[in-house]
Amino acid sequence: MRFFTRRIVFYAITAWAAITINFFIPRIMPGDPVSALIAKNQGRISPDAAEALRALFGLDEDMSLWDQYVAYWGLLLHGDLGISFTYMAPVVDVIRQALPWTIGLVGIATIISFTLGTLVGTGIGWRRGTWMDGLLPLSTFFSAVPYFWLALIAISLFSVTLGWFPASGSYDRSLVPTLSWEFIGSVIYYGFLPAMTIVVSSIAGWMLGMRNMMVTVSSEDYVTVAQAKGLKERTVMMGYAARNAILPQVSSFALSLGFIVGGTLVMEIVFSYQGIGYYLFSAVNAKDYPLMQGCFLVITFAVLLANMAADVAYGVLDPRTRQEG
Amino acid sequence: MTVEAAFYEDLEITPDATTPRKGKRRFLFMRNAKALTGLVILGFFFLIALIGPWIAPYDPNERSSAILQPPSWQHLMGTTHQGQDVMSQLILGTRSVLVIGFVAGTVATVIGVLVGVTAGYIGGFGDESLSALSNVFLVIPQLPLIIIIAGQLPSAGGLTVALVIAATGWAWGARVLRAQTLSLRKRDFVEAARANGESTWRIITAEILPNLTAIIAAGFVGTVGFAVLSQITLSFVGITPTDEWNWGTVLYWAQAQLALQRGAWWWFVPAGLLIALFGMALTLINFGIDEFVNPRLRSVGLNARSMRKRKIRPRIGFTPVVYEAKEDRA
Amino acid sequence: MSSPHEDPPDAPVLQAIDLRKHFPVRGTRNRKVVHAVDDVNLELYRGRVVALVGESGSGKSTIARLLAQLMPVTGGQILLHGQDATAKNRTAFHRYVRKVQMIFQDPFGSLNPVHTVRYTLTRSLKIHRGRLRGVELEAALDELLDRVQLRPAARYIDKFPHELSGGQRQRVAIARALAAEPEVLLADEPISMLDVSIRLGILNLLRDLRDRLQLAILYITHDIASARYFADRTMVMYAGRIVETGDSESVTQDPKHPYTQLLVRSAPDPDDLESRARGARGEAPSLVAPPTGCRFNPRCPFATDLCRTEVPPLIAVGEGREAACWGYSDRADRPSLGSVLDAYGERPVVDAALLDVITEGDR
Repeated sequence: MRFFTRRIVFYAITAWAAITINFFIPRIMPGDPVSALIAKNQGRISPDAAEALRALFGLDEDMSLWDQYVAYWGLLLHGDLGISFTYMAPVVDVIRQALPWTIGLVGIATIISFTLGTLVGTGIGWRRGTWMDGLLPLSTFFSAVPYFWLALIAISLFSVTLGWFPASGSYDRSLVPTLSWEFIGSVIYYGFLPAMTIVVSSIAGWMLGMRNMMVTVSSEDYVTVAQAKGLKERTVMMGYAARNAILPQVSSFALSLGFIVGGTLVMEIVFSYQGIGYYLFSAVNAKDYPLMQGCFLVITFAVLLANMAADVAYGVLDPRTRQEG
Repeated sequence: MTVEAAFYEDLEITPDATTPRKGKRRFLFMRNAKALTGLVILGFFFLIALIGPWIAPYDPNERSSAILQPPSWQHLMGTTHQGQDVMSQLILGTRSVLVIGFVAGTVATVIGVLVGVTAGYIGGFGDESLSALSNVFLVIPQLPLIIIIAGQLPSAGGLTVALVIAATGWAWGARVLRAQTLSLRKRDFVEAARANGESTWRIITAEILPNLTAIIAAGFVGTVGFAVLSQITLSFVGITPTDEWNWGTVLYWAQAQLALQRGAWWWFVPAGLLIALFGMALTLINFGIDEFVNPRLRSVGLNARSMRKRKIRPRIGFTPVVYEAKEDRA
Repeated sequence: MSSPHEDPPDAPVLQAIDLRKHFPVRGTRNRKVVHAVDDVNLELYRGRVVALVGESGSGKSTIARLLAQLMPVTGGQILLHGQDATAKNRTAFHRYVRKVQMIFQDPFGSLNPVHTVRYTLTRSLKIHRGRLRGVELEAALDELLDRVQLRPAARYIDKFPHELSGGQRQRVAIARALAAEPEVLLADEPISMLDVSIRLGILNLLRDLRDRLQLAILYITHDIASARYFADRTMVMYAGRIVETGDSESVTQDPKHPYTQLLVRSAPDPDDLESRARGARGEAPSLVAPPTGCRFNPRCPFATDLCRTEVPPLIAVGEGREAACWGYSDRADRPSLGSVLDAYGERPVVDAALLDVITEGDR
């Protein structure tokens, strides 16, 4: 129980830190973005939006920094992330619309990559000296390649040259988002290339990690004992060796969530896939500060939640953490 | 070993072990084929970065009338939409990439060592607070943070980017080093050094740090890779100024000018290949370090035939520890 | 070599008075402590060896670390040459460490794997003997290695720990301690991790050093037989308390405390296979909540209510001998002692049904 309490406290602190960083960044950066923006968008910003903006960016000179901070927290707790300039809509709405796409893409691709990579890594690590060892350098090459370049190649190959998949977008524009087979089919069709790129470039990491752990674990005595007891090879490999080797995988999965998010971001930019990363990027370009900050906050919280889930999984898998201290 | 042999061995009559002298032992790491390949590739990149301005055939900004030409003898890697020579852009970009990568890598590693080793050694509240700090930096996603910071800076050129990358990427190494320091601290030789009267400073620098060199090296290499990748991603996305040439900006222009759709593959393929090559070189070096530190991993690359030659049959739960050099078979 | 201190020969070099060490248990709300060491009194004299015998968890290693001042005491005093030696700062610790040195149990662990023998010994010399360079340094290194019988020095001086055998490493560790020219050597199970055939060599070396350098040695071990071979006095520890003291011969040949009797009988005697069939029951007690009264009472076949309520002090049982057992006191409610092994009788046969249950659960 102590383990979980400590983790919860930690996440609370991190959440607070993220919010505070978000608060401070525009204030410590040189230049005054908001006034310039307001000037640029003459008459297009309603007084309410301007007010929210001022609170977000603390341009009320008569408020002290602390008061601004408190006001910022007030806004947040009301679910008000400000109003996006480019879309003239509450940031919360923009994000709410974009988030499912990202989560769907990242979630599915990562799960496939992790599962496949771990299984293959288990196989490679268990039986050494077979042809499967050759897979490793190949996948290492793919992981050294930046996501987006792989995406470009994939697009040029499968999209431009072969015309199998579309080059951009998240679904066919002529369709209206409904829960129909046609729509879902379109989503899968459009999402295939981005997902595949993510899987191909990240699978090497999981494979390598799992294989290294399997090598270390399979020389431990308890595996030899299991074997000596006469258990089937698959039982030993899965139930004893893999079960223990997977623990560092889970924790490295948790740690790599930040990287995964970064990669997906770029992926969305390249494919113009309308997820949250895409919106973050266009916000940065358009200097749409509320949207930018809102996206960052949501991304960070998503990563925090995923980390928590990974911690729970780790606590369940590793009985040692459930003990005192 | 028989009882007598053990007895004599303890006293004086040790067989004169033909172990290599201290100097040679250090370079055992170099014998590793993977690490060597990686280092050679890296050396090649360094060379290009150094002599770039002299060997580049054209000024990368110079436009010409040869618009969007595929590779030819005049332009080995083709030209851009404004007739600029792609190869010159890539060659000159190497320097920027390497400088930023290594600066960011160095700064991040230094911070990581300071925070990690200190946290691991002093324990108690100092440890708790330092680990909390590094955990926070670890969990907050790096790329969005870098994009936001870089996007709000008036000019996010070269070194500024390197520092931002370092400031967001040091936490990984710190965490690993802290774990290692914690385990080293409990080892007897640290206690023995304390019991002998060594000062805390000397214990950290002369007793603990030398045992961490492999991990620090591996972390440094990894961080350089991460830094280079981040920088290129930033350039590709257009956040950093697009007039400083590096591999990422080449890709930026390629995409902006719809090179994909135009089929101008020579514009974006070589840049990516270079990045991949560089990343692979770093990964190979890291493999070499891994295998050097953990002898069990050394034999994994051997194929079945060469193992049979050495009369080793790989079985489940059996990891042959294979020596790299003949001299090691004492 | 520094001149021996002007002690009358009967004054102890190092003394521990009512030493106590309690470790706080982390994470609990009601401030539990581990009672690692309680009421330990100990005296070390030059040229004599005191053995501290006990099983794992009895607190003997903690005593070594307390005496080496690697951790602070919770209670009691440490006297060096009759003066309070608690080191309050760096310089005081340095001065203390020059006189009192320690060697550790794991010969591989106690030497830094990345440093050569030369580096390890040079550091020790630099700390304790100041600036030594060139020819002087070489001579000092040679002399140290010679003293621990690693000859010729040139063969060992540039080796790394993993290139040496266990016995050789332990000799290097001893040499490192000797560089300080100490008066006291705290040896924490120095031979437990060595091959049996090597142990004698190291013990003989220690004995030789004791005689030539007039070292006071605290020899910590779980093996009472080696204590008899090597030490002048033997003290037996159980669950953090001293239960018996006396000269080694008497303690091992005629143990008074029931626990010592068990220890002595458990030393394998190839001539007496019968006694090996009988054994002790029970395990070491928890040090967080030790048994009230005499800590051995759950395992003692003679325990009475007195034993369960009051902690026995060390009672004189002979010439220079003491045992902490109520059976040797004058109290009316004392237990009547007999032979411990007779009281335990034969070891029970392992229950066959129990064996089946164990293997069944694994399938």
